[in-house]
Amino acid sequence: MSQTAMERKTVNLEEIELELLLEGIYQYYGYDFRNYARASLKRRIRKVLEGEGLSQISALQNLVLHDSAAIQRMLLGITVNVTSMFRDPSFFLAFRQQVVPLLSTYPYIRLWHAGCSEGQEVYAMAILLQEAGLYDRCRIYATDRNERVLQRAKAGIYPLGLMQQYTQLYLQSGGQHSFSNYYTAAYDSAIFRASLRENILFSQHDLASDGSFNEFNIILCRNVLIYFDPVLQQRVHRLFHESLCRFGILALGRQESLRLSPYAPDYEALVKSEKIFRRLS
Amino acid sequence: MALRLTSGSQPALIVIGASLGGLMALRELLQQLRPDFSIPIAIVQHRHRDLQQQLVASMQQGVRLLLREVEDKDELRPGQIYLAPADYHLLVEADCLLLSIDPPVSYARPSIDVLFESAADAYGERLIGVILTGANQDGAIGAAAIKAKGGLVLVQEPATAESAVMPAAAIAQTCVDAVLSLSALAAQLNEFCEVCEF
Ligand SMILES: C[S@@+](CC[C@H](N)C(=O)[O-])C[C@H]1O[C@@H](n2cnc3c(N)ncnc32)[C@H](O)[C@@H]1O
Repeated sequence: MSQTAMERKTVNLEEIELELLLEGIYQYYGYDFRNYARASLKRRIRKVLEGEGLSQISALQNLVLHDSAAIQRMLLGITVNVTSMFRDPSFFLAFRQQVVPLLSTYPYIRLWHAGCSEGQEVYAMAILLQEAGLYDRCRIYATDRNERVLQRAKAGIYPLGLMQQYTQLYLQSGGQHSFSNYYTAAYDSAIFRASLRENILFSQHDLASDGSFNEFNIILCRNVLIYFDPVLQQRVHRLFHESLCRFGILALGRQESLRLSPYAPDYEALVKSEKIFRRLS
Repeated sequence: MALRLTSGSQPALIVIGASLGGLMALRELLQQLRPDFSIPIAIVQHRHRDLQQQLVASMQQGVRLLLREVEDKDELRPGQIYLAPADYHLLVEADCLLLSIDPPVSYARPSIDVLFESAADAYGERLIGVILTGANQDGAIGAAAIKAKGGLVLVQEPATAESAVMPAAAIAQTCVDAVLSLSALAAQLNEFCEVCEF
């Protein structure tokens, strides 16, 4: 670290407390948040402090290490599961126009959706693949660290109130059908068609600690890496590199890149503006 | 009155928050910065979903310093202006910029408070916050956080703002260091940059 960088880092007690908290949680419970991006994590931990009526992170450490209900509350409080169907419709449009033609020559397509949250993005992709006539050839592995959101993803039931917005986004993403064909309305819920789920396997996988489990033609990981620091990002990029076959597709979030990936030279940008890359070697 | 950081040192970062009327105000402010302005600037401008994509291009017009829509973990570089992308929060760490899609804060994503609070954490006394025109109260809590950590807060004179609500809220929330017109704000920022050359 350069002299100026040292100076800029004023010794900060809260940082030290945060470090100790994350280390304690890792050693005792095995959940590894040590390499999550600090500024956004700190914000959420302060929220947890507020909720618990505490003012110091060291007090939270004491609480969560001795109280298994408190650690569960904290985990819920610090995980971000915000998601949507067809978030960034231009991405899905580019996928339809430029990735689908490449896939249509494949006899069999394996897709890994890493950090799938409550599943909206997975169902959106399933709809797209059905419309492209590729779904029957696909096997989709949708994973997340968080068991609770995976349960929701498996159910495929979302608030009916969101459907108007999703319909708009679906149309902007190049959807040609009537979006309401894909779900059944029941009370306040939209229940998505079971046929969309047929080839999806939901399972728990932690990008911070688990290894590669298959070889894929496509890996989608959007708005997950922004929560990781450069060290953890490199780990995940290695994992993706190990799990992606030659000429496989890697799709990241709109504001993410391969800049911190040691494997960047092995990829070419297929659709630069949408962060869709293809592995060349 | 010459404003100085309490630390006496040069500012490491300037953060700016703007909402309704912000595009015009920001352009006017940024156009008046010296061409060799070297302090990095990070901006949250609330935007309407419709005008998401063209914001960088329209704000760049007439501005000599280079504007960039932030990508995850961008490093802070002298003389660069960083703009929060649509639908992401922008946060600051000691040496880079972060994005998150955490839920909106007071209906805003990006949120000015989120940017200001994280910047205050990372830079403390070496931070300058600027609140411009806007029709909500975003940024008031962030401005207080900057003051609490020893940084400076400058606010656009409410009477000169297209919408006075946001500057007035910041002034009501915390003891700001100066209330200025856009040209006076630009002159003040230029002066900070002179300090940093010696
Ligand atoms: C903000 S959501 C993004 C959801 C979706 N991909 C999107 O862009 O709309 C981030 C997801 O990453 C998951 N996540 C966070 N850390 C993880 C890890 N270490 N391993 C696997 N998933 C993780 C979270 O549980 C959350 O569901």
